[in-house]
Formats: sequence, structure tokens, C-alpha cells
Amino acid sequence: SVVVDASKVVTPINKVLIANRGEIACRVMRTAKKRGVKTVAVYSEADRNSMHVAMADEAYLIGPAAAKDSYLRSDKILEVAKRTGAQAIHPGYGFLSENAGFADLCEKEGIIFIGPPSSAILAMGSKSASKDIMIRANVPTIPGYHGEDQEFETLRSEAEKIGYPVLIKAVMGGGGKGMRIVERPEDLEDGINSSKRESKASFGDDRVLVEKYLVHPRHVEIQVFADRHGNCVHLFERDCSVQRRHQKIIEEAPAPHLSEELRKKMGDAAVAAAKAVGYVGAGTVEFILSQDGSFYFMEMNTRLQVEHPITEMITKQDLVEWQLKVAESQPLPLGQNQLAIHGHAFEARIYAENPDSDFMPGTGKLLHLSTPEPSSTLRVETGVRQGDEVSVYYDPMIAKLVVWDTNREKALRYLRNALDEYHIVGLNTNISFLKRLSSHPAFQKGEVETGFIPIHRESLMAPQKAMSNDTLCLAVLSMILSENALNKSLNGVNGGVILSPWSASNAFRVNNVAERVIKFNVKDQKIQVPVTYNKDNSYTMTMPNGEKLTVSGSHLDAADQTLLKAYVADRFYPSVRAVKAKNSLFVFNDSQSYELELPIEVTSKGGDAASGSLLSPMPGKITKIMVAVGDKVKKGQPIILMEAMKMEHTIRAPQDGKVESLPFNVNEIVEDKKVLATIV
Amino acid sequence: IRMSTSLANIGTRSYHTDKLMHIIDGSVDKNSVEFKENMTRMNESIEQLNKNIDKIKLGGGPKLNERHVSRGKMLARQRIDSLIDPGSPFLEFSQLAGFNMYGEDVPAGGIITGIGRVEGQECIIVANDSTVKGGTYFPITVKKHLRAQEIAQENNLPCIYLVDSGGANLPRQADVFPDRDHFGRIFFNQANMSAKRIPQIAVVMGSCTAGGAYVPAMADESVIVKSTGTIFLGGPPLVKAATGEVVTAEELGGADLHCRTSGVTDHYARNDQEALAITRRIVSNLNRKKQPSVVIKPVEEPLFPASELSGIVPSDLRKTFDVRKVISRIVDGSRFDEFKELYGTTLVTGFAHIHGMPVGIIANNGILFSESAVKGAHFIELCNQRGIPLLFLQNITGFMVGKSYEARGIAKDGAKMVMAVATARVPKITVIIGGSFGAGNYGMCGRSYSPRFMYMWPNARISVMGGEQAASVLAQIQKDNMAKEGKQWAPEEEAAFKKPISDKYEVEGSPYYSSARCWDDGVINPVDTRQVVALSLSACLNQPINPPSDGFGVFRM
Repeated sequence: SVVVDASKVVTPINKVLIANRGEIACRVMRTAKKRGVKTVAVYSEADRNSMHVAMADEAYLIGPAAAKDSYLRSDKILEVAKRTGAQAIHPGYGFLSENAGFADLCEKEGIIFIGPPSSAILAMGSKSASKDIMIRANVPTIPGYHGEDQEFETLRSEAEKIGYPVLIKAVMGGGGKGMRIVERPEDLEDGINSSKRESKASFGDDRVLVEKYLVHPRHVEIQVFADRHGNCVHLFERDCSVQRRHQKIIEEAPAPHLSEELRKKMGDAAVAAAKAVGYVGAGTVEFILSQDGSFYFMEMNTRLQVEHPITEMITKQDLVEWQLKVAESQPLPLGQNQLAIHGHAFEARIYAENPDSDFMPGTGKLLHLSTPEPSSTLRVETGVRQGDEVSVYYDPMIAKLVVWDTNREKALRYLRNALDEYHIVGLNTNISFLKRLSSHPAFQKGEVETGFIPIHRESLMAPQKAMSNDTLCLAVLSMILSENALNKSLNGVNGGVILSPWSASNAFRVNNVAERVIKFNVKDQKIQVPVTYNKDNSYTMTMPNGEKLTVSGSHLDAADQTLLKAYVADRFYPSVRAVKAKNSLFVFNDSQSYELELPIEVTSKGGDAASGSLLSPMPGKITKIMVAVGDKVKKGQPIILMEAMKMEHTIRAPQDGKVESLPFNVNEIVEDKKVLATIV
Repeated sequence: IRMSTSLANIGTRSYHTDKLMHIIDGSVDKNSVEFKENMTRMNESIEQLNKNIDKIKLGGGPKLNERHVSRGKMLARQRIDSLIDPGSPFLEFSQLAGFNMYGEDVPAGGIITGIGRVEGQECIIVANDSTVKGGTYFPITVKKHLRAQEIAQENNLPCIYLVDSGGANLPRQADVFPDRDHFGRIFFNQANMSAKRIPQIAVVMGSCTAGGAYVPAMADESVIVKSTGTIFLGGPPLVKAATGEVVTAEELGGADLHCRTSGVTDHYARNDQEALAITRRIVSNLNRKKQPSVVIKPVEEPLFPASELSGIVPSDLRKTFDVRKVISRIVDGSRFDEFKELYGTTLVTGFAHIHGMPVGIIANNGILFSESAVKGAHFIELCNQRGIPLLFLQNITGFMVGKSYEARGIAKDGAKMVMAVATARVPKITVIIGGSFGAGNYGMCGRSYSPRFMYMWPNARISVMGGEQAASVLAQIQKDNMAKEGKQWAPEEEAAFKKPISDKYEVEGSPYYSSARCWDDGVINPVDTRQVVALSLSACLNQPINPPSDGFGVFRM
């Protein structure tokens, strides 16, 4: 009799649940929609209005904002899958994507987990176990100690054997947590202890391993794909060497300066690694590549990677489509011989973070968001839109900018230009940093390594260029143009005559020209620009250094007041972004963004108190005095309690200051409008 | 009319068949000696005007301005610029008020008036310039203030008074205080405008002493600036003299007193900027809507450049020119539907649009005859019936004189036109682009006929007749008298007799003499005519136009 392996029977997926959020959820849904597959989204309370929810055919709330209460709740997600009749779950990356237990649960419920079998996840999940498997499969591994004996003496003698510098890592670690480089034997004990502390806190397990630490190594990873029919291919490499805080920031494919021979060797090793664990689906085998061409297995990521689009760009394949096909038990769409590298691709990760304070992640609202125009060679992979919030609950990544061109030099130029067109207002981003990184001479030469950012820190952290006079002119012009637009609209509202000559913004004066001063604060510096409205609709602006510039321009599109064209003296600016948000104007020019704060000179809401004195609001009795003469008080602090008309009145300090006088005593009756206290 | 092909292609507002019908040919020979000469002379006049205004706009001069600013105060013009919508126009009136009138400089009459747009609403703004004689009211200051109020009243425009004035100019009290159109009329007007629901807003940015205290006190809503703004009937010196009480100005009538205790003012501002911001909020809460009662069309620019106006109008007022060349540079698309083109040709009448708004234009193209006068009367009737505002382009030496004309009744034909002008209920705007002499001034809506706005070009002349004529008339009478006595008059004596007369007319007929006395609302650069007329016309539309509902029909004359 013929035994039919159920897992090899093609079962079409008509509906898929995406157990993720943000850009990856959107990415998966795009391919699903392309294939006619219905999509089910799940969301947390924080994501109610987010892009992935809007994109899905159906979407279900699964819990509060915190991931552990929502995106990590396998029970709730499975419940939604069953309720909606989704045949498969795509876990994306992060969250449940490498959770063997979840993969098992899916299997038990008869739902296809779009990923490898749980056994493969488990095998690759433990650093030490995976290393043993790799050694057996003849995949080169980094010399190191992965034993259970965690005694310091053992670790010390192993480190000695491996040779310094060594790397201490958490056995259960990932994402750089618990990682320590020890360069000298005397520092070993400290390194081990702090690594253990961190891994205990992060993973509930303080076991560590010791490895050889390579100097100037590169992070090169191989994309592999396997199906249920025993086929396994690699889709070449990605170089992800450039990292900050042990996290990738800019990736490229193929890796620069990698020989065909080495590429093949690494590819074969990756396929061997995948096969060794019975891998199915998309996976990434990460290698550390030393300058002499030797490479070592680091780990295997048993999911679709963040940076998968660059592989898609150079292989002209849709990896999510591959995943769906494999999940349907179809054979791989292409064999190894049918795969080839075309051109070069880069991915830059745009994060809400502040590169100037050690890349601290940031949060906030995307008050303005405009991206370069997507095309077949430029992708903006994002899960947020203008107005969305980057919250504390999830990854601060805003988008991935992916570009492709026929060679590395062109692709890199494309990346730089595209970054210039990426405009975000509302929170700190790493865009300027990415621009400096992608223009760095060493990066241009492809001299990438994992230590790239620390080594070139000084040149990468170059301070912002000072604002040019032209930029200042553009800022002033954008202020004037938005006022002019308002002048037109206000007239429609209030005057009723849309075309009234009074709605013109020519600042007409009889036998005179209009002049005014536009003020900005730029980093505590007060800037004043006198502006003359000329009869020909141009403006003469006087710069802080006395230079007079004639400026004219208009909005490129009346519906989008953030984009303008301008002439500044003899220079034409075809497209300048200037965004008014919060209380500032953000101008994007010279490959930088400049913030110009708009001073608020008028704040009064009916005036302040009579020069520091506090008056009794009506006749009444003083019931309590809460301060003494000479006390320092804060604005709003209660000073005196009064009883009048059966009501208690609290008299508060109108400003910060010192109590100068308190003319009345407790129980004294005062008339109205008497000075109760003076605060200076 | 022969059109160049480039003109034939323009026409966005008509069906094909109507395309060129009403476009007037404004082309001129720019290389002619006459054009160049006219241009030179007019540009000299404009330059002279700009020089005078440049001086006037400095107010009390750099020293006093600096002292004013050092007290944390903004200059009057800066206050206006901050009050109105940024970048919007300000239609300033009578900049030359008080010019060479008093033997001492009173730039702009010590008061800036005009129409500005505040939160989308056109408002009359009256701002004292306290750098000029402490902002005290000279007779011309009063006149200019009252004229601004008159414009507000006629055009239904809210009034904003930026008060910073020492009150009546005491040495000139007789010409400032007692008469009907003197200081007290300001408050009378405030009260009556308020009664007509024309908002009255006062911003106290300096002193408001004695009578001046009534500006904020009689306002619908008022703002006061801390430290600099004070209101009292009698200032500290007067109080000390009267009662011996020693008190500071701030205690006597400062912002704290009036906002907290007396309630004379409603809003407390810490500085000028804040006061103006509050004022803008006040205007935004007026709940007014401009509802023009005319059909407004899309705006088209004229096809001919306004810069050429200077070359068209001859410097010698005795020379004639085709006023259509002027019209073609003022009206939308240079389109002009002429009425009775072939009749009474010394007066050009017709319909046009300026900045989308309809106007009936009446323009002189020579001396007024009976035919031209009745044509004018007929056309005014039409506009009055249809509710179309009138624009008079005045360049008139007068009505034709002589036996046969008198016999044909030119006096009654002229009277028809004057009657029509006087009683037309539609807004009237007058621009004197050349001469304004004699009864022609009446028929063409001179000041006495209450045009809503009236402007002069710098080349204009205004008097009962030309200086030369007046001298000749007086000389003729003198000669006749002498002849009766059998005396002869030597030509030198006659010349000596005539000279002072024509000299006096020369001075008094000048637009500076006129504008200094507020006989008009300002001398404007010809290039700005379209803009100034458009703003004025649009301001007029704040007051609904109510054409006569019954009465007589249109008389064909």
C-alpha cells in the first residue's frame, strides 16, 4: 500500500491570519491580496486605528497594548483563526514567530503555521544545541565553550583555550542581550557576571557561553528556503554588518567584496545547516565572516527576516509568496540553478530614535510624513501613516526604505537621494544619521564590518550644518505662503466674496510698501528677518548677517501646503518641504532638516494679577494663612483661605516669587478688593 | 476696432461670438514724443509724491519714534500692520492731511486712517500717532477722523480706534472743539454707528485724556494696555490743581483700575502686541457677513499695462486724449460695454468689471455739452436702477459756454446730470485723473456729491476754474470798469494784475493743497488706480445696495 504523507498534499490557503502588526503585517497582506487570499488581522487596543487593521479584510481585537497581553497571546490568536476560518497563520517576525509552542498549538488545532516545524525552531533556538548540530553537519562554527558547567574556573580555562578576545553570550540570548566582549583575562569575571545578570533578567536563564571574538568581522547571512518535498535552496547573502546597539540599521545584498567562490561555499553551508534540522519555509543562516574569508555559523533565524526585501529585489522573487506556497505544500517555485543575483539592493531602517543620544528609542506622533515615491525599484515598507503614533509598546521602527539599482554605486546613490525625500516631523528619527552613513567614504567603498559605527563614530556624528541664509529664506517664504493661503480661505468664510481684492496677499499699501519682521528661535538663538513685500509679489528679506535676498515662490500644489518652489536670488529650488507642526517650522533643505521655533509672544488670557498683589474677591473672613512673609512660593500655590458668602475661597499665588507682605491676620474680616498678600 | 492677433486669442469669459465685442483697444504709441514727454512729467509728479509720503510715514521723526518705541510701544503704522491679516492690503486715506497747512509739520495730520482686513473682516482703522504733537487733535486731525467714521458709516464697516492721544490741541481749541463737525462729533458718530450695529472697538495704547476718554468709554468693546494705556477725564496735574490729590497716571486710570475696578475697559493686555491680538479676537466674534448685492465674476487682469498710464495723460490739461486708453488699463480684461458710444461723445459711459465687481464708468473725453450731460444722466439712471456702483473718471474743464448753448438750455441739461449724480443711491467712487473745474466737478461727482471714496492723481488740478481763466475773467471785469471811467490799461499792468491771481490758483488747485485739507481721500499713483478702486468698491459692498423699489422708470433724455 502507498502511504500518503498528509503534509505533502497540496492544500490551498484561502484565508490567512497575520499574527503581527506594523509593516510586516502589511507586507504579508500585500502578497496575500495579490494572490487573492483573504486576510485576517489581529490588533491590540493601541493599534485600533493602525494601518495593518485598515488593510485587512477582517480584524479582531485581542487585548491591551502590552505585547504579552495581545500579540503574544497564542490562545486568543488561535481563537480568532478558528472563528474566522483562517487556514493558516503567518507570524511575521518577532512576537510568536520563533515560538515552538505556538507552532505546536497551531498544528494541534489543524491550522498551518507559516514557518518551520517546531522541532527546527527548538533546535535552532538554543545556541549550544544548534552549534552541536552544525558541527555534525560540517558547518563551520566559531571556536567556543557551550558546556553546561557554568563554574567560573571552567569558563576561564575554556576562554584561555579559545584565546582572547572572547565573547560571552547568553545561551538563550538574542538581540544582543547579555553579550559581553572581554579583551583581557583580568576582565573575564566581570564580563561573565554582568552577562549572567542581564540574561537572567531577560530570559530567566543565566547560562552563558564563551566564544572566540573576531576582530573586524562582518555579519553576512544567507537566505534559505526549504519545502516539504525535500528541496532546499539559498537565495544568496545579505550583508548586515553595520549595526548600532547590536541591531541592524542598513543592509545590502549582495555583500560587497564577496567572491563567487566564497558565496557558493557560504550558500552551501547554509543549505546544509537548514537540512540538518529538517527545515521548511523561509530561514536565515547568520554567519560571521572574518577578514581572511573564514566564516562561522552564528545562528539561524527561523522566520522571515526584517531585511528580506533586499533579497527579493536582487532575486526578483516574492518571499512571502514562496512562504505561502510552501505552506500549501507546493514545491519551491525555483531550483538553485534558476536563481541568480540581479543588481544590488539596500535597505535602510528608519527608526524613531535619537542618534545623538546613543540611539535612544523615541516615541511620538508622526505629525508629518512624506516619503519618496514608491516604484518597482524603490519600496517603502511601513505600517504607519501620517498622524499615527510610534508608541512605547512596540518596536520604534517607522519604515524600511528599500532601493535597487544595477550596481552598488548606483543603488547607494539612489538610497541617499531617497533619504533626502524622506520627511518626518513630530519625533526624532535616524534619517540624518542614515544619510551620513550612506555618504561615508568607507561605507561607499564597502568597507563594512560590525564595528563600523563605533569606529567611525566621530565622522558619523558630525554636528548639523549651520542653517544657510537660503534655508532661512525658504522658512520665511513658507510662513508667508501659508498666511497667504489663509487670507484667501478666511475671506470665503467671513467675507463671502471669494474673489475679493481684500483677500489678496500683496500687502498693498498706498504710496508705500509693507514691511514686517518675521521671528524664529533656532536653538535658543533669536532670529529676526525683516521682510519687504515688493510690488512684483517677491519679498526682500534681510538676513542676520545683513545680506539682502530677493525671494519669490509658491506652493507646488494648493492642496499640499508643505511643498513649495522658490527662487532665492539667482537660485531656483524646485521642491522644498516645509512643515508647520507643534510650535515649529521644519524645513528640509541641504539634505538636513531644520527646526525653527515660532515664538509665542501673546499668551494672555485676560491678563495677570495686579503686579504681584492678591486681592480679596469679596468681603469675608480670613480663615487660614498658609505661608509666612519671606516664603518662596510657586505659581498656583494656595496662600490664604477666605470664607465669604458661606463659601470657602482659596487665594493662590499668581506667579513664582517671594511673599513680601501679608497685611491681615486669621479671623480678620476684610472688605473686597483689598490686597491680601504681595508676592514679588 | 482693429485687434492684434495676440488679443484675439484672449477671452476666457465669453462665448465665441462675443469674444472680442467689448474689448477696447488700449494700444498706444510708446515711441511718440508726446508719450515720452507725458511719461517724464508724470513720473516727476509721482517721484515728488513718493518723496513727500516717505517723509510723512516717519511720523514725528526718528528721535520721537525712538523715544516712543523705548517705552515698549509700537509705532502707529506697525500697530496697524500687526492688527490686520498678515500680507493683506491696507487702504490708507489722506496721507497728505495737514501738509503745509500750519507752518509746522503735522505728518498725516497726526492720525493714520484706512481700511484693513482683520480676521477676514474689512474694518475702518483709526490710529493716533502720538509721535506727532503727542497725538493731539489739530483741526485737520478731527476732520480726518470724522471722514474715516463717515466712510465706516456709509459702507457699514466696523471701527477700530487705536487710541494714543493727548486729546484736543489746546492752542487751537476754537477750531477743534465747539462746532458741529469738531471733536464731539467723534463720540456722536460712535454712538450712532453703534445704534446702527456697526461695531465700535477701542484699543487704549496710550493716553485717553478728557474728551479722549470717551473713545473707549463709548466703544462697544475695549482693550487697554498695561502701563502705557490710561483713561481719565482729568490727568494727574489737573487732579492736583483741582483737589490737591497726588496720584500717578497708572493709579488714576491704568489698565488694572479700568479692567478690575471701574469696568471702563473690558480686556487687559500686557503690551501692544497682545492688545492687537485681543482686538483680532474681538473682530472674529463680531458675527458679521459681507453679502454683496452684485453679481461677481471671475477676475481678469487688464490686457494693457498700468505703467503706461503715465504716458497717456498729458501734462497740459488743455490737451485732449482718449479716456478709453485709461479705462482699458483699469477694467477686467480691458472689457468695456460702451453705452451710447456715438452720442454725446465727450462723455464716455459704459459697463465694466473691476476685480470681478460690476461698475458703471462715466469718464470725461472733453468738455460737457448738452448731449453728453443728458447721456450721463441717462446712464446714471440705468446704474441706479440696476444697483451697479458708479466710477467717475474726472477730467473736466466744465460745461460748454456761449449763446447758442445757453439758448439750447445747457444749464438744465447739466442740471439733469447733477440731479442724477446727487440722488443716485448706488455707491459712487471718483478719481480725478486730470482737471476738475467748475460745474463739471458737480456733474462728475465731486466731493460735494458724497462719493463713497474720492482720489486724485498727482497731476490733477481742482478749482472753480483754471487759474489762467480766472485771471482773465477778473482782468476783463477790471478792464470794463476802467473803460467805463475812460481809462486805459497798460499790458504790463494787466499782466501784473493777473499774475497773483493765477499764482494763487496754481497753489490752491494743486492736489497737495486739496489732499492736505481732506477734500479727497488721498493722492494715488496712477499705477495703483485699479487696486485702489477695487479695494474701495469691495469695501462699499459691505453696505447692501438698495435700488429704488418704485418711483419713476428710466427717462430717456
